[in-house]
Amino acid sequence: MTTPMLKVDDIHASYGAVRALHGISLEVNEGEVVALLGINGAGKSTTLKSITGVLRPTSGSVTFLGEDITSRSPEKIVKRGISLVPEGREIFGALTVEENLRLGAFVSYQRDRYKADLKEMFELFPILEERFHQPGGLLSGGEQQMLAIARALMAHPKLLMLDEPSLGLSPAITDDVFALITSLRERGLTILLVEQNAERALEVVDKAYLLANGLVEVSGSAEDIKKQVDIASVYLGGEDAEGGEVQL
Amino acid sequence: MNLEFLINTLSLGSLYALLAVGLVLVYGILKLVNFAYGEYLMVAGYAIYLSAILGAPWWATLIIAVVASMLVSFFTEIAAFRPVRTKSMDALLVTSFAVSIFLQNIVLLTISPRARAVPLPDFFSKTVVISGATLPLRNLLVIGTTAVVLVLLSFLMKKTVLGMAMRAAADKFTTTRLMGVPANFVISAAFLISGFLAGVAGIFWVGRSGSVDPLTGAAPLLIAFIATVMGGMNSPIGAVVGGFVYGLLFNILSIALPASMISYRDAFMFAIVVLFLLFRPEGIIRRGYTEERVG
Repeated sequence: MTTPMLKVDDIHASYGAVRALHGISLEVNEGEVVALLGINGAGKSTTLKSITGVLRPTSGSVTFLGEDITSRSPEKIVKRGISLVPEGREIFGALTVEENLRLGAFVSYQRDRYKADLKEMFELFPILEERFHQPGGLLSGGEQQMLAIARALMAHPKLLMLDEPSLGLSPAITDDVFALITSLRERGLTILLVEQNAERALEVVDKAYLLANGLVEVSGSAEDIKKQVDIASVYLGGEDAEGGEVQL
Repeated sequence: MNLEFLINTLSLGSLYALLAVGLVLVYGILKLVNFAYGEYLMVAGYAIYLSAILGAPWWATLIIAVVASMLVSFFTEIAAFRPVRTKSMDALLVTSFAVSIFLQNIVLLTISPRARAVPLPDFFSKTVVISGATLPLRNLLVIGTTAVVLVLLSFLMKKTVLGMAMRAAADKFTTTRLMGVPANFVISAAFLISGFLAGVAGIFWVGRSGSVDPLTGAAPLLIAFIATVMGGMNSPIGAVVGGFVYGLLFNILSIALPASMISYRDAFMFAIVVLFLLFRPEGIIRRGYTEERVG
């Protein structure tokens, strides 16, 4: 068995006095697409925040490519090769699409490669070429999600983490997002995906962790998780998981 | 409108705009109104005073003034603001008062509580006559200098990666760090630029009275603060507009008020500002876009 690309080992984290994670462990191997599932407040986003260094875990460790990155600053962790597409997209509204992408390339910028990188993004997301000189704040939600993903890809990440990429998007745009994840997966990119829309997520991932109350409740291959759908539906909000969007 | 009034208003507005932009750059990123900002101007004044005593030529004293202001701004951030940055906003605000009082007391103890004459080049006090209007050359200089500084600043903010990172950080600080932009890097840059603006403004500020004392920074800080609040705290453009509007109001009051009332000019000034904010609390310049559209 090869060593995993990302290994999260028994991390605990809290927001002030509120404890959010009670010992999360997970592994992501190179080339794998892994989902973190669970309802609001289960600890999915907190786990991502702990990996990116935005939140310091109170105990436990995060290892990436054999290096302990626990409690490193976010800017150092991005440099190591982990990029996050944050929840709510977090586009720089006053900056143009061009400037958003340029900042995405902050850690990876090489003059001769940059143009080619942009061209690649335009192929993946033609709308960004159209909107290149417009402020990011004027883009629609779906376009902003595309921009957020492109911005993260500009850093040439080894591991791409997506936090609720389908949240608040129309079913059609949600389809686009999942199609994109599939195509990135085919390119061999390693992805850690946080989703409430468990059904859709399980279609595109190899492996999933089901979180509840700051703990890993169930984990296994996508097929295994699907088989345990009775158990899972409890955490996934039952009927709601059937629809395009989970309302909570 | 006569030429004299126009030039005087533009020069006062320019000076206030410089002051305000320096304050708003740091506010944008740290959400801190840096109450030590006035002291960076004071430092510029004392730097001219001291370097002139040591025999520096006039042009060198001005360069030294700007550099001193930048360094003090830079190091106060590292020594005072950085350690409390992650703690709380209140701690940052109180720290800025502490830095202000600390800097005032350093010059009070080491130089003098009394005002010191600041030697400025002769052309600062010369006047020129343009189509019948007698104008202090200093007023024209401040307009020209401000124009150049604002063009340079706008180039920096729009065309360089550092500028993009600073604008991004003013919008979403954590997300900017997630792009790999080091937090300390943008904050240090903001304080350096803020110090630069304070230094340049400081030269013209002490140039008006020709002297500097430990409390020299109080008035420009207040003006910068009011101008930014009036213009809109969100952007350097708001600060520039606020600075010019403040200058215009000040000059109008200076002319319109009868001689017996002129000492109440500031009271009128603040009353107008309070009334204005009552009707438009977000300032003159609003954000020109909504944060996010649902779609």
